[in-house]
Amino acid sequence: MVGIVGYGAYIPRHRIKVEEIAKVWGANAENYKRGLMLTEKSVPAHDQDTITMSVEASRKALARAGIDPKKIGAVYIGSESHPYAVKPSGTVLAEAIGATPDVHCADFEFACKAGSEGMFVASGLVEGGSIEYGLAVGADTSQGAPGDALEYSAAAGAAAFIFGKSDLVATIEATYSFMTDTPDFWRREYQFYPSHAGRFTGEPAYFKHTLGAARGILERNNLTPDDIDWVVFHQPNGKFPMRVGKTLGFSKKKIEPGWLCPVLGNTYSGASPLGLTAVLDIAKPGQKILMVSYGSGSGSDAFIFKTTDRLLEVRDKATLTRTMLDKNKKYIDYGTYAKFRGKIKLKR
Amino acid sequence: MSTAQRYWREIPRRYRLEAAKCTKCGFIAYPHRAICPQCKNREFTAINLSMNCKLLTYTVIHVAPSQFEGQAPYTVGVVETEEGGRLTANIADVEPEDLKVGMPLRLEFRLIQEDGDQGVLCYGHKAVPA
Amino acid sequence: MRDVAIIGVGINKWGELWEKSLRDVWVEAALLAMDDAGVDHIDSIYTGSMSSGLFVSQEHLASLLADYLGECPAQSTRVESACASGGVSARMAYLEVASGQSDIVLATGVEKMTDVDGGGATFALATAADQEYEVYNGVTFPGLYAMIARAHMEKYGTTLEQLAHVAVKAHKHGAKNPVAQYPFEVTLEGVMDSVMVADPLRILHCSPITDGAAALVMCPLEMAKKLSKNKPIKILASVNATDTIALHNRKDFTTINSTVKAAEKAYRVSGKTPGDIDVVEVHDCFTIAEICVVEDLGFVEKGKGGAAAESGLTDLGGKIPVNMSGGLKSKGHPVGATGCAQLVELTRQLRGESGERQVEGAKVALAQNMGGTGGSSVVHILEVA
Repeated sequence: MVGIVGYGAYIPRHRIKVEEIAKVWGANAENYKRGLMLTEKSVPAHDQDTITMSVEASRKALARAGIDPKKIGAVYIGSESHPYAVKPSGTVLAEAIGATPDVHCADFEFACKAGSEGMFVASGLVEGGSIEYGLAVGADTSQGAPGDALEYSAAAGAAAFIFGKSDLVATIEATYSFMTDTPDFWRREYQFYPSHAGRFTGEPAYFKHTLGAARGILERNNLTPDDIDWVVFHQPNGKFPMRVGKTLGFSKKKIEPGWLCPVLGNTYSGASPLGLTAVLDIAKPGQKILMVSYGSGSGSDAFIFKTTDRLLEVRDKATLTRTMLDKNKKYIDYGTYAKFRGKIKLKR
Repeated sequence: MSTAQRYWREIPRRYRLEAAKCTKCGFIAYPHRAICPQCKNREFTAINLSMNCKLLTYTVIHVAPSQFEGQAPYTVGVVETEEGGRLTANIADVEPEDLKVGMPLRLEFRLIQEDGDQGVLCYGHKAVPA
Repeated sequence: MRDVAIIGVGINKWGELWEKSLRDVWVEAALLAMDDAGVDHIDSIYTGSMSSGLFVSQEHLASLLADYLGECPAQSTRVESACASGGVSARMAYLEVASGQSDIVLATGVEKMTDVDGGGATFALATAADQEYEVYNGVTFPGLYAMIARAHMEKYGTTLEQLAHVAVKAHKHGAKNPVAQYPFEVTLEGVMDSVMVADPLRILHCSPITDGAAALVMCPLEMAKKLSKNKPIKILASVNATDTIALHNRKDFTTINSTVKAAEKAYRVSGKTPGDIDVVEVHDCFTIAEICVVEDLGFVEKGKGGAAAESGLTDLGGKIPVNMSGGLKSKGHPVGATGCAQLVELTRQLRGESGERQVEGAKVALAQNMGGTGGSSVVHILEVA
């Protein structure tokens, strides 16, 4: 049986509050806080990117997995903010953790679900028997256009998972993918900021696919929300995951541990994967976790995991996600934020 | 400035902190060396430096070289890893006034510099609060 | 080995010499030295230059300079040891005369630093440090010395005022030096308030970017009186030593071991002790450097270098006059030229030609020149013949 052998998260230290951003654009902070159910977001420093965060998250996953990195047969980073337009992020990660050269590598992209698709493929390869262990990371340092609604939520973070067939902390009970061509959010080449279709990103995009994948996986496996102990949704803001959870019939209590967005922001390809790490940090053995990602363009990957006893043995071998989220935070102002995010044109 | 080839050659040291320990006197060579400067022995064991280190001395750079210009002021220092390896490293995520010689730090993977807008992205480790 | 004497010295006005190219600057100083000595030809030329390639895209100085001095087919060699290039140039010249290979040898140093912008100069100077393990991480030259300063302050309680006193003293004497780049005094407050470069070193703690050259004519002591009417100055010792290139590999950040070792040997070879030295030139690339070096040369106990600067011990009239020329701080620091310029100053001091900066009755002098953060050091001891 294939499953998660080790998992790890990385969240940068810096935070910016909704008020700081609203101040610059003359916007009403309270409206945004209410509308997005979000108070602050994480900010990567100028020296942090998808690659650096993936390395740190993967090192934590290795600490929990306790395996020789040379046995990793595939390394996948899924992101919509890969540092290079052409040159893989995954090769840097593979070198940094010592998995090279006997390893397959590819960078994944599908807006914010690039992380979960890496998980989908890596676990599939392990299940098929062609590799012993597979590492998949969801990481992003996405940009929100200045003054746009997305600027309040576009954040940074990474979550890494090592899949294998033995010494599992959680088994993969089922997977299902639901996908259509729905242009709700995109970025053309050479554009620095993404574009989106406003309210169209809601019902026909996020909700249709999240619901489609969630209902699909439950039905195909004869399960109902009552059979699931914890659920993690893609979280572009605090509201959407709560609403989709309610529509499906999940209680707030089941959603809360994996609901990081209100104080983290939207970590795009890292979003539902990071939520999953937070759930793994508190779950008891024998519990079922449903994770449903969402990527604009559009599609959702759904997974059902079941935790094992080993989870309790290795959980404390690396920093818990909530610890990274809540402790050692450093608040910055908009000027510092703009400097970190390259929104100020420096002379090169 | 780092050309692609000069950068690539240093990957084992910069990404994995690969070092060498003299089999005779225990001198830690980071980077590796052909001959031990302490005892002239030519045999070494391959080791990877640990990520845990302590701060030996530091300064805040206000006038920076061109590829670090937008980052000034930033802190650099000399750190010593658990096994005695010495490194010069950029120190991040901590204010200079909170630094104390002797304090514990941790090495974290970061982007160190870029070769302009078109060149290679250069990664390595910076020291952050433990 | 024959005894070697310096019979001629030459140094031009240092500064931002926009109108003069590298070869112009160098030839000027070389001719001044030859004229001072009274010689009309040269057997061999040594030139110290840290990086003519990075500053003016010119290598092969051996040929260029012999050519423009009109001395082809003379032997000619360019030497490099970062900021110790000038000292090493003098050492090579000394060895060539001492060995009997040549009789009249020109030891020179030059640097033309203003044909690149600030960033270009910083880049070139940083090549004195470990490129892959120090410079890669964003540390600069002032940054490396700032870390030495912090270590010295932590270990010995050296104060910011003491550091500033070194700069004040340098300018006090440089103000009287007609060739200095900055021949004016500075105040303690002015130094301590100047723009921060790398904490705790401010701009007035740092030597400047300078164009300049310096030259010496050396010959066997036994020929000195025949060749020149100048009082011959004998070279008692010319010693070179090294230390790790990276500051992080030093056992003690506050000790410049290459200077300690070079000085130990120089004292031994010359039969002199620190107490015998009447006048000194040290490599004050940054104020903290002078503090460490005054200790490492054995003039004061380790850790007391700051107090020495503050108390006037190293002033004109003090027990150990250091940097009567104005040092690198006030006189300027055309990198490759500095080591030779120190010997030019000391030769004049020993001849009694230093005017307002004269150390009365000076008979024995010592020059310390170093490269990078002390990866290499050269120590010379001179005596009136």
